[in-house]
Amino acid sequence: MNVIEIKGLTKIYKTSEVIVKAVNGIDINFEEGEFTAIVGPSGSGKTTFLNMLGGLDKPTSGKVIISGIDVWKLSSRQLIDFRMNNIGFVFQSYNLIPVLTAGENVEFIMHLQGKPKKEREKRTKDLLEAVGIGNRINARPSKLSGGQQQRVAVARALASKPEFILADEPTANLDSKATNSLLELMSQMNKKYNTTFIFATHDQRVMDKAHRIVTIEDGKILSDEYFERD
Amino acid sequence: MLLSISWRNIWRNKVRSMVIILSVAMGIFAGVLATAFFKGMADQRIQKVINTEISYIQIHKAGFEETNDITDYIPNAAELLKSINNIDGVAGVSKRIVIQSMAASAETASGVLISGINPEQEKSVTSISNKIVDGAYFKGIKRNPAVIGKKLAEKLNLRIRSKFVITVQDLQNNITSGAFRVAGIYSTDNNMFDEANVFVRYSDLQKLTNFPVGGAHEIAINISNKEELPAITQAVKKVAGDKMSVKIWKELRPEMNYLTEAMDLYMYIFIVIILLALLFGIINTMLMVVMERTKEIGMLMAIGMNKAKIFSMIVLESVMLSLTGGIVGIVIGAITSKYGETHPIDLSAWAQGYQQLGYDAFVYTQLDPSMLVDITLLVILTGVIAAIYPAYKALRNDPADALRIE
Ligand SMILES: Nc1ncnc2c1ncn2[C@@H]1O[C@H](COP(=O)(O)OP(=O)(O)O)[C@@H](O)[C@H]1O
Ligand SMILES: [Mg+2]
Repeated sequence: MNVIEIKGLTKIYKTSEVIVKAVNGIDINFEEGEFTAIVGPSGSGKTTFLNMLGGLDKPTSGKVIISGIDVWKLSSRQLIDFRMNNIGFVFQSYNLIPVLTAGENVEFIMHLQGKPKKEREKRTKDLLEAVGIGNRINARPSKLSGGQQQRVAVARALASKPEFILADEPTANLDSKATNSLLELMSQMNKKYNTTFIFATHDQRVMDKAHRIVTIEDGKILSDEYFERD
Repeated sequence: MLLSISWRNIWRNKVRSMVIILSVAMGIFAGVLATAFFKGMADQRIQKVINTEISYIQIHKAGFEETNDITDYIPNAAELLKSINNIDGVAGVSKRIVIQSMAASAETASGVLISGINPEQEKSVTSISNKIVDGAYFKGIKRNPAVIGKKLAEKLNLRIRSKFVITVQDLQNNITSGAFRVAGIYSTDNNMFDEANVFVRYSDLQKLTNFPVGGAHEIAINISNKEELPAITQAVKKVAGDKMSVKIWKELRPEMNYLTEAMDLYMYIFIVIILLALLFGIINTMLMVVMERTKEIGMLMAIGMNKAKIFSMIVLESVMLSLTGGIVGIVIGAITSKYGETHPIDLSAWAQGYQQLGYDAFVYTQLDPSMLVDITLLVILTGVIAAIYPAYKALRNDPADALRIE
């Protein structure tokens, strides 16, 4: 079943000097449980595409339909709740609230969702254990390595039980060892919870793990390939 | 959780936050202390006026206060005095014959208000007997003794045992005079009062003016606990009946009450000015906070924090920042003011001018707990106001822009 349907998605940035077609008419669908890499050189439109998909950046034209809901028809208030309940985000950096511990960061999003305390605490513990840093639950982000911080971010993204997780170059600031283990983790989580992962990257190692690779250039899809892994 | 995020956010930049907290603390400390100081000064002044000049409650025949007509007297004053003495909480009652008159010495004359009192009764109501600076309170002179103020003594050039003549109108409108001798000279802090008030014995003045025995123009009442004033006033009104006008000190001397009210108003203005000055420091800090955290706020919006929550987070941070300073200032200010309630501030170096106006050279501060509550609320309000523009700026963040890595 298609979780996400995208039709004619376009984003045009107008500055005083130039008009940039950052995303130029993309049609694509994503299915439940996919583990998809969006690849392409820097400036090809990956971030813009993910931001429109994630309800962060309004398209110039086109539609994003998630579980039957036309995302960009929602009011801005509805959109915030929609994001909170349906989409998990992992960014390149500035993922975590620096004044909260790893555990509190994960718990925070469930707090926003209004989940009861018992459930929040249990799920936080389970998730941090699942991402392999159960012993750092009380550490503030500044006391964690870059790789550990991204693991917390993945746990946080999973915490809200979203339809899918968007990750924009999640490994860009990590060394190769940390990159490998983060990818391993995301792929495990993808299998364990059947959560759809869509991530932008231009990192070859990340592409090697993906089941589907969508290549973008100049805001257009160049290729869309499926791979058998394991 | 929002509360704890905001609180922890304050401590991300410790130096900057401490500067704000300390400046708020200092401003509020100054505000609290100044408030307690001026309240103490006003209260002391009022208490003194009550004790020496007016007492807590006075009864007159209705109309007497306007006309000062000698015939507007309370006929059954002696009986009334007895019944009032039986009211719970009444510490003393004194009846007075009060007549505008002329006091003349060999050299000069001066208009005075002459009060015929029972010296022992009067002791239980006002403290003139304690203010004697020369001679004695109705002692040492057998016939027609008088107690006069120092200022009047200087003006008329009178000393102890000096003779002077009081000229009054009696009840039949005849001008009549009597010779009195100075038994004691008193001095309150109020020169005007000292110059205008002469005390003689009730019986002497009664004889001089043919005043009906047992009557009086004025009954002054002292009470032991000022909290009970409203209840006692009610009881007194009942006893006095509706032909009499029963008034408490505030009504007798409205300017005394204005003094407190004006003082309160000045203090609020003073504190608001302090807070206004602090406001800009807090706004500036909160603006820096919002600028520094653009990406973080963008992330929070992306993961599901709505505008109301972002707004509250910034407002809470600002309020907690100001309130922390405010509470520190209030606590230190309250402790200092409490200390000042028993350890007076000595103004004697500057006090000469004040004393002319009836103020003390030693000021005991007077802490007003309700003022502390008001100050706390004002500090919270300042925190909220300071956060509005920065929080509005924070809401203008677009999560997509905020998160884009340049
Ligand atoms: N806010 C913006 N204003 C103008 N141009 C932008 C803006 N954001 C992105 N772009 C342009 O859009 C294009 C696509 O950018 P982006 O989506 O960030 O690509 P990628 O993530 O693949 O590096 C680039 O040419 C970039 O300069
Ligand atoms: Mg990008």
